[in-house]
Amino acid sequence: MSKLVYLVPLFPLIGFLINGLGRKSISKSLTGIIGSGVILASFIVSLVLFFDVKAGHTGVVKLFDFITVGKLDIPFAFQVDQLSSIFLLIITGVGFLIHVYSTAYMHEESSDHYARYFAYLNLFVFSMLLLVLGANYLIMFIGWEGVGLCSYLLIGYWFKNNDYTNAAKKAFIMNRIGDFGFLLAAFWIIQQFGSLNFADVFSKASGMKMNDAVLVGITLLLFLGATGKSAQIPLYTWLPDAMAGPTPVSALIHAATMVTAGIYMIARSNILYTLAPTTQGVVAVIGLATAILAATIAIKQNDIKKVLAYSTVSQLGYMFLGLGVGAYTGAVFHVMTHAFFKALLFLGAGSVIHAMHHEQDIRKMGGLKKALPVTHITFLIGCIAIAGIPPLSGFFSKDEILAAAFSASKVYWVIGVLGAVMTAFYMFRLYATTFLGKFRGTHEQEHHLHESPKAMTIPLIVLAILAAISGFVGVPAVLGGSHELEHFLAPIFAGSVKLQHPHNINHNTEYMLMGASVALAAIAILYAVSRFSKKPELNDATSFGKVLENKWYIDELYDAIIVKPLRGISAFLNNIVEKLGIDGVVNGVGRIVNYGSRQLRLLQSGQVGAYILIMVVAALALFIIQLFVL
Amino acid sequence: MNPKDVLLTFPELLLWFPLISGLIAFVLKKGDHAKKWALTSSFITVGIVAASLFFTDQKYFNFNNVSYFWMPSLGSSFALMYDGMGRMLCLLTAVSFPLVFLSTYTNDYKKPHSFYGLMLLTQSGLMGVFCAMDALVFYFFWELALIPVYFLSSIWGGEKRIQATFKFFVYTFAGSLLLLIGIIYVYLHTPEGTFSLRAFMEAKLPPGKEKVAFWLFFIAFAIKMPVFPFHTWQPDAYEQSPTGVTMILSGIMVKMGVFALIRWLVPVFPYATQMFSNIVVVLAVTGMIYASCIAWMQDDLKRLVAYSSIAHIGLMCAAVFARAESGVEGVMIQMFNHGINIIGLWIVVNAVEKYWGTRKISELGGLANTSPTLTIFLVIIALANIALPLTNAFVGEFLMFNGLFAYGKWTTAIALISIILAAVYTLNMIQKVFYGPVRAHYPLAGVTRLDKGAVVALSIIVIIIFVLGVYPKPLIELTMSTVGAFMNKVHGL
Repeated sequence: MSKLVYLVPLFPLIGFLINGLGRKSISKSLTGIIGSGVILASFIVSLVLFFDVKAGHTGVVKLFDFITVGKLDIPFAFQVDQLSSIFLLIITGVGFLIHVYSTAYMHEESSDHYARYFAYLNLFVFSMLLLVLGANYLIMFIGWEGVGLCSYLLIGYWFKNNDYTNAAKKAFIMNRIGDFGFLLAAFWIIQQFGSLNFADVFSKASGMKMNDAVLVGITLLLFLGATGKSAQIPLYTWLPDAMAGPTPVSALIHAATMVTAGIYMIARSNILYTLAPTTQGVVAVIGLATAILAATIAIKQNDIKKVLAYSTVSQLGYMFLGLGVGAYTGAVFHVMTHAFFKALLFLGAGSVIHAMHHEQDIRKMGGLKKALPVTHITFLIGCIAIAGIPPLSGFFSKDEILAAAFSASKVYWVIGVLGAVMTAFYMFRLYATTFLGKFRGTHEQEHHLHESPKAMTIPLIVLAILAAISGFVGVPAVLGGSHELEHFLAPIFAGSVKLQHPHNINHNTEYMLMGASVALAAIAILYAVSRFSKKPELNDATSFGKVLENKWYIDELYDAIIVKPLRGISAFLNNIVEKLGIDGVVNGVGRIVNYGSRQLRLLQSGQVGAYILIMVVAALALFIIQLFVL
Repeated sequence: MNPKDVLLTFPELLLWFPLISGLIAFVLKKGDHAKKWALTSSFITVGIVAASLFFTDQKYFNFNNVSYFWMPSLGSSFALMYDGMGRMLCLLTAVSFPLVFLSTYTNDYKKPHSFYGLMLLTQSGLMGVFCAMDALVFYFFWELALIPVYFLSSIWGGEKRIQATFKFFVYTFAGSLLLLIGIIYVYLHTPEGTFSLRAFMEAKLPPGKEKVAFWLFFIAFAIKMPVFPFHTWQPDAYEQSPTGVTMILSGIMVKMGVFALIRWLVPVFPYATQMFSNIVVVLAVTGMIYASCIAWMQDDLKRLVAYSSIAHIGLMCAAVFARAESGVEGVMIQMFNHGINIIGLWIVVNAVEKYWGTRKISELGGLANTSPTLTIFLVIIALANIALPLTNAFVGEFLMFNGLFAYGKWTTAIALISIILAAVYTLNMIQKVFYGPVRAHYPLAGVTRLDKGAVVALSIIVIIIFVLGVYPKPLIELTMSTVGAFMNKVHGL
C-alpha cells in the first residue's frame, strides 16, 4: 500500500500543471473543480495510507536516485510512518476545505488569474507534501524551499500593489536566512554521519554522548531554519506582513500548514534534540518568548487578520515550547488542533471581509452576529478552542504542553499561562469588537451585509466540528482518557522517551494547574466580552498601547540595524571600492601604459648608436638577473 | 603518425565542423543566408555531440582520442581527448549556440556573414580548448576562441564598445601572455621536453619555481573566470557586447577558466595548489559576497546579471580549490547549468530591452501586467539562477557548498551568506521590473509579444532546468570519471 505514496504529491502536481499551463483556456468552474479535486484525491490516498500505517505498515519508499556522488547517496525517497501520515491528513484535509472555500472567495478574479491562484495553491500543497514525506533532509529541504516559494508567490498574488510585493519579498528573504541555517546543518550532518537519510542519521546519532558539541551545533542550525519557516524570534516579522495574501492563503499556508514545518522538522529530528539539551533549552526559551511577545502585540492590533497572524506566531511559540521541554507529542497535537481552529478563524475572518467588501479594520465592524449567523457561531467555536476552554480541542493540546513545561521549570509554566490568558483576552476582544455591539460601518456596507455562499460556510462548519472535537484523540490519563495520539506516535518518539527523565506530576497538582489556567482564561474572556461589546477601542492607542500597536518597533529596529547598514555597505562597495578602487587601479594602469608608451616612443630616435646602447644595457641587465636572481 | 582505425574522431569532428562552416558563412553574403546557415550548422553540431554521448565506453577509445605530431621539433603534438568533462563542456558549447541564434534570430546585424562566421569560429575554438591534451594546442585554441570575440564586440557592440573591448582585450591578453610564459616555463622542466598534459603533470619543478608557475597560470585563469579582484572587465564587456556575444562570453567562455583550473592548474601544480588554496578560497569567497552586494546596487539589468555571475563563479573556484569529491562534481554540473541559465537570463534581458527600449531597472515596472509569458520565463530562470531546489542549479550549488564544508565550516558559513544576498538582489529586480503598476512612459509600450525564436529557446531552457533539476544523474554520471581522476591526482601527492 505504501508504494502508492507517490500519488499523494503527484495529484497536486498534476493540478498545478493543468491550471498553470491551461490558465488562458480553462473556465473558472473547471479550474476550481480541478484545483480542489486533486487535493481531494490526495486526501483519499492519505486516508488509505493512514489506516495502513495504523495497521503497522511503515517504511521508506525509494522513487529514484537523486544525487549519488562517491559515498554520498541521497535518494529521492519518501518516509511513510505515523508522523508523516498525520501531517498528510492535516495538509490534504484542511487543504481540500480551503480549496473549496477559495472557489467562492476568489470568484471576482478574472479566469486566468483565478487559474494562476489555484495553480500556486496546488503547487504549495505539492511542496508541503514533499516536505513531510521526504525520507532525508534533502527532500525535506526541497519541500522546505518550495513552500517558501509558493508563500512568496501567493503573498504577492496581487502583484500590482507594491506593499504586497514588499511583504512577499520580505517573507522569502527571511525564510532564506532560515534556509542558510538548514543548509549548513545539512552539510554538517553529511560530514558527521555520511548521510542525510533520517534512518542512518538517527541511528548513528543515538550512539553519541549527550550535548556533544557537533549535535548542539547541528540542532541549533536546524532550529535557525525553523525560526524562519515557523516565524519565531528573531525571524518572525514576515508572518504578519504575509497577511497581504488572499485570506484562504493565510489560512492554509500562514496558519495551518507551512508555518508548522519547523515543528514537524524538529519532531522528526527529536532524537537529535533530546541528545542536545542545550539546544532544547534555547528552543524552549525562544518559543516562550515568541509566544509572549506576539501575544502582547495581538492585544493592540485592529486589523482582523493581523490579530490572527500574531496569534499564530504566539501559538507556534507554544509548540516550540513543547518541543523544547521534550513534549514532542504535545507539540504535534497542538499543530493538529491549531490547524483546525486557526484555519477556521482565518476562513471566518475571510467570510467577514467578504461580507464587508474588503474591510479588515475591526473598528469599522461590530454587530455582525445577526447578518452572519454561520460565520458567527463557527468563529466563536474557534475562539473558545484557541482560548483553551474545555472540552474544545485547544484545551487538551495546550494543557499537555503547559504540563510538560511545568515539570521542566515552573517559570515556563507561569509565563506560559500568562500568554494563554492574553490569548483568551485578545481573541475575545476580536470576537466582541467584530460580532457584538452595534454596526459601525457605512450604510452601504450595512445594506450589502450577507452571509457567505455554501462553498464558504460548509468548510467553516466542518472545521468548527473538528476544532470542537479533535481534542478527544489526546485526552490525558488524568482526565480518564487514553491519549490515543500518544500511542499512535509512540514509535516516532521512542528513542527520545528512553533518554528523557520521566516526569510525573501527581494528579492533584495537575488538576490544580488545569483549573488555574482555565479559570484565568475564563476570567479574561468574560472581561474582554463585557468590555469590548459595549465600548470597543475606536481611537488610536496611546502611551504603552502605542508601542504594542507598533509591534514594539521591531521592524523599524531591523531596518535600522540590518537593512540600512547592509545597503550602506553595498553602496560603499559599489561606488567607492569597485568604481574608484579596483576599476580605478585597472584604468590607472591603462593610463600609465598609455603615458609610458608615449614616452617610450621618444627612444625610437632613429639613431643607430642609441639603439645599440639600449641593446647593450638590456643584455647586461639580463645577464645580471640570470646570474644573481635565478 | 598514429595508426587510426577511424576516419575522424569526435573531438576532431567538433573542431573542424564549426570551423569549416564558419569559413563558409563568411562568403554567404546574400540576405539572411549566413543566419540560416549558422543556425543549421549549430543544430548539426548538437547532433554530433548527442551522438558522441553514446560512445563513452572505453572500447570506443579510438573514437575519442587522437594525437599526431604537430610541431615535432618543439615536442608538441596535436593531441585531443574527449573525456567526461570535455563531453559535458562540448555539450554545453553545442547546445548554447542554437539557443543564441534562435533567440536573437530577429536581430539584424550589419554584415551578417562576418558576424555568424566569427561566431562559428569561436565555437570551434571553444571545442578545441575543452578537448586539448597538449599545452600548446590548448593555448592555440584559447586564443582562437578569444580573437573572434574581440572583433564581435568591437564591431557589433554598444555605444562604449571600443573602450569596453579594449579593456577586455588588454585584460585577457595580459592573462594569455602570463599563461604562455607559464606554459614555456613548465615545458622547460618536462622530462621528455614535450607539451603534453601528461608531461606537464610529471614535470619536476623545484618548489620555488612551481609557485611562480602556479601564479602565472592562476592569474590567466582567474581573469577569464573572473575571480575577484580580476573581474572589472566583465561587467563592461557584458554590457557593451551584442547580446549574442554576451551569452557566449558568460555562458561558455567563463567556463574556460574553471575548466582550466581543473585540467591544467591543480593537477599540474599539486604542491602549490595545496600551499595557496587558502589564498584562492579567500579571494573566491570574498568575491562571492562582494559581487552579490554590488549586484544589489545595479540599475542596469546586464550589469546585475554580470555581477551575479561573478558571485556564482566565485563559488565554483572555491569548490575546485576545496578539492573535495562532491564539491568538484558540483562544479562539473554547475558549469553546464550556469551556462544554460545565464543564457536564459540574457534572452529575457534582450527581450526587455527590445520592447521597452531600456535596461534600467529604475525606468521599468509592471511588466507582468503586459507580458505575463515573459514574466513566467524570467521568474523560473531567475529562481533557477539562485538555485531553488528542483531547478538545475540547486544540485550543483548544494554539492559545491558541501565540498567547501569539508574544507572549512566558517568559510562555508560566510560563502553561504551569498544565497541570502542572491535572493535579495533577484527578488528586488523581479519586483521592480515585473511587479507593481504599469509604468506609462515606455517608448515602445504595446509591443509585448515575444519572438517565436526566443520563446522556443526559453522553453528549451526551462525544460533543461527542470529535467536536470529533478534528475541530475545523467550529468553526474557523464563527469564522474573526470572527477575520479582529478581526485586521484590530488590525493596521490
